[in-house]
Amino acid sequence: MKEYQTITEISGPLVYAEVDEAIGYDEIVEIETAQGETLRGQVLESSEGVVAIQVFEGTSGIDQNASVRFLGETMKMPVTEDLLGRVLDGSGRPIDDGPEIVPEERQDIVGAAINPYSREYPEEFIQTGVSAIDGMNTLVRGQKLPIFSSSGQPHSDLAMQIARQASVPEEDENEGDDEDGSEFAVIFGAMGITAEEANEFMADFERTGALERSVVFMNLADDPAVERTVTPRMVLTTAEYLAFEKDYHVLVILTDMTNYCEALREIGAAREEVPGRRGYPGYMYTDLAQLYERAGRIEGREGSVTQIPILTMPGDDDTHPIPDLTGYITEGQIYVDPDLNSQGLQPPINVLPSLSRLMDDGIGEGLTREDHADVKDQMFAAYAEGEDLRDLVNIVGREALSELDNKYLDFADAFETEFIDQGFDTDRDIEETLEIGWDLLSMLPTDALNRIDEEFIERHYREDDSEREIIEAAD
Amino acid sequence: MSKAESTETTGDGVIQSVSGPVVSARDLDARMNDVVYVGDEGLMGEVIEIEGNITTVQVYEETSGVGPGEPVETTGEPLSVDLGPGVLDAIYDGVQRPLDVLEEKMESPYLDRGVDAPGIDLEKEWEFEPTVEVGDEVGRGDVVGIVEETITIDHKVMVPPDALEEDETTEVVAIEAGSFNVTETVAELENGETVSMHQEWPVREPRPSNEKKTPRTPLVSGQRILDGLFPIAKGGTAAIPGPFGSGKTVTQHQLAKYADADIIVYVGCGERGNEMTEVIEDFPELEDPANGNPLMARTSLIANTSNMPVAARESCIYTGITIAEFYRDMGYDVALMADSTSRWAEAMREISSRLEEMPGEEGYPAYLAARLAQFYERAGYFENINGTEGSVSAIGAVSPPGGDFSEPVTQNTLRIVKTFWALDADLAERRHFPSINWTESYSLYKNQLDPWFEDEVADDWAEKRQWAVDVLDEETELQEIVQLVGKDALPDDQQLTLEVARYLREAYLQQNAFHPVDTFCPPEKTYLMLTTIETFNDEAFDALEAGVPIEDIISTDSAPQINRIGVQDEYETYVEDLKAEIAEELRSLY
Repeated sequence: MKEYQTITEISGPLVYAEVDEAIGYDEIVEIETAQGETLRGQVLESSEGVVAIQVFEGTSGIDQNASVRFLGETMKMPVTEDLLGRVLDGSGRPIDDGPEIVPEERQDIVGAAINPYSREYPEEFIQTGVSAIDGMNTLVRGQKLPIFSSSGQPHSDLAMQIARQASVPEEDENEGDDEDGSEFAVIFGAMGITAEEANEFMADFERTGALERSVVFMNLADDPAVERTVTPRMVLTTAEYLAFEKDYHVLVILTDMTNYCEALREIGAAREEVPGRRGYPGYMYTDLAQLYERAGRIEGREGSVTQIPILTMPGDDDTHPIPDLTGYITEGQIYVDPDLNSQGLQPPINVLPSLSRLMDDGIGEGLTREDHADVKDQMFAAYAEGEDLRDLVNIVGREALSELDNKYLDFADAFETEFIDQGFDTDRDIEETLEIGWDLLSMLPTDALNRIDEEFIERHYREDDSEREIIEAAD
Repeated sequence: MSKAESTETTGDGVIQSVSGPVVSARDLDARMNDVVYVGDEGLMGEVIEIEGNITTVQVYEETSGVGPGEPVETTGEPLSVDLGPGVLDAIYDGVQRPLDVLEEKMESPYLDRGVDAPGIDLEKEWEFEPTVEVGDEVGRGDVVGIVEETITIDHKVMVPPDALEEDETTEVVAIEAGSFNVTETVAELENGETVSMHQEWPVREPRPSNEKKTPRTPLVSGQRILDGLFPIAKGGTAAIPGPFGSGKTVTQHQLAKYADADIIVYVGCGERGNEMTEVIEDFPELEDPANGNPLMARTSLIANTSNMPVAARESCIYTGITIAEFYRDMGYDVALMADSTSRWAEAMREISSRLEEMPGEEGYPAYLAARLAQFYERAGYFENINGTEGSVSAIGAVSPPGGDFSEPVTQNTLRIVKTFWALDADLAERRHFPSINWTESYSLYKNQLDPWFEDEVADDWAEKRQWAVDVLDEETELQEIVQLVGKDALPDDQQLTLEVARYLREAYLQQNAFHPVDTFCPPEKTYLMLTTIETFNDEAFDALEAGVPIEDIISTDSAPQINRIGVQDEYETYVEDLKAEIAEELRSLY
């Protein structure tokens, strides 16, 4: 390993150094400053004689006398099952004063693409206990389902609720032996969140005892921005290891992807690249895909990696490049809605624009319940109808509407208060979610239920109000 | 170069710099678009720029760890695909490496680097049945024999287009039936050329044909809104733009499953891994609606998911269309789905920006429009060089950022394609699927396809379609008023029009891709459904004229049954009974 004192240029997070040997693309670099501080970086561009290095901790303190060491390998994450229960910084170093981590393996953090031929199609229902997700936009194992939120919304509460409640029902009852081989683990990757938010997450993890089955990576708002570009890769490398080598069902929560993308833009700008939309690099789609696509299942392996990335949409605008590119890669999205939030709904999920692409194969007989798909379709249609009518009511008033239209309006109101607004501490199983659904649908006449099989209507439709158990009980 | 033959490589090039998928080498003696092997691991790449002594290469594999000083070797040949029996029922990455073989060779579910594999199995033996005899004259592209490639498709072994000059013919001097692998000679020609089942063809060059003709047969898709309102021809081009979540992929999948083409080439270009897995798992089990065989028997899949190397994403579209052209040459109707062409354009943009080319609109290279046009022009209804007729239909999904159709990829695509299926986020949000917007979409093939529908389905096909379009247009106008004053403020006849339009939307335009029966709707059923709604329309207006109150007309028991036609297997009798019932019930009101 050769040491150089040949730094020629320092610009933003980048350092250029002259070299007289071949340096590999993506190789890891250590820079020792005159003060004796060691900083880490990565080769971004390697030409003959000169390399561009991206420094994770930021370049302050580096001068032309700093020495540069090339480690001759790409960035690795030391992985072991013992990581469970640990808190690490954004570069994977423990910060919880725990014992030193003895890695079983060191894995390259730029994961190779999973061969599509080797994947297994995700179709096992994950019960999150949240009706708006389980009932309307079901999550399945191996899916990547982001939460689209904006500043000031309780997306963290929702993420914590999911992390706390997520379970795979039935299977553990029917095939009890499945449990020992595949447990749930949560890997939490924080990128640029505030210390306060981080404390809330940690407190929740500790309060519910979830920490023992979790690995936490913390890159806080005042940590170097460039480090954020490695944090999710560390997270996902750990997730893949636990899922595909140790048979865990891993739920990965990444927050906040917007900060990650900002860091990408910063590096792109420092390298004077031709920018794409809104100054974000043209390769952002590919870069994000390399993270999100690491969710999935692999044939012949027990575990799975399920991702819930959280992003705050600048200006609550989902055409902004970050949510836009994300939406094109992920298998759906969950919208957190500021209007519903100001109405006090918990969780304030707007189901209409939300979507789970893998839902259709993860629900139905044997998975959730045979009427699930029909109930979901009908509730979407009825709620959309009610939403439309709300605009109209503002102009013409309720009296001008037909009886059926009034029923749709009532349905939309009840849908929000009974179905969506369950509170961050309520855990509903899928049976309960669907029964509430039927209670609500029974507010409409049977011939308006054109998306539900007649057989199900006969079985579940509440002919009179006394059958509506749940709402009655709630009143 | 093709991966089937080990071509001599000439070395000497040395890497000068590496930046992501773009590598520059000096002293490399290569031509534009030649395939080269980069670095100690021999990563596959293609020459994309030559400037003085410096050759720039896009690498089809991950380049981390590759550094200056490592060697670059050229093969001296352009990127080509291996063509021959075995292309169907296969799944490839963007440079035609079979993914199942890669899994085996890499012994890992992850895609490793520097592993190569021929596009077709070179060892497998096929039963060759000659169709010409010794002494017959053959020209280029002529079929000399047949191989049963899959249960559905007979693979026609052709004289390669480059074996003879145009219009030149030669005598067959030896040909025999038997079991051969793809590289063995199955026929010898008098001019010294030999014919084997294996051909290779450079992906960026269209295969030759005699003539492009006007397409006159529809590509029947079994999707009501497509067949009924916006049909595409065999040999036609279509674009499906839409924001995320609007159902591009489901529409593409439906077409791949039910379109009445002989061969399907499905290109997953920069899309989701799980979606490709769904295709890989579903297609072998799904039945071909034409003959009940597994769908995979007529399908070739190209899967270059979004996290696979970006340069291979750029090439996967070409790989797909070259395979499509090969089967077209055999006289088959081929449909190619590309999901999504935006990812392909973005791959071009990414490479272009790494080359520091001057960007055009929104950072896309200035040659974006030309590349898109070149791709769609390779579709069409052709008279092949062997005199047979075949077609390539190209259907490209477009993923406009933010769902804004004014962006360069959508706009440049619309200038070329003749069918436009506009997906609509609003419709998707209310779970109206397929969420194709009926006011924005269009098909320029309508008129040339109507004669076919009139001969094959019903002679008033075009008339009925126009009726439906008129009602839907009227509804759009009325809805604007309803938004202001409410439905009840409208006169009775207009309220009734809204009711008829509602049936058109809910029963006719919506189709449930996940319902076993409704997922595929033959044109006859599409037509009958429309006539049922028209029956309701006519009877209801008669009743209204006779003085029946509008409330009674719209609250009959029989009319809502229209919404259930889609899920009926035995639809003929159901429709007949329903029409009678509607007439009877409405007439009983006056």
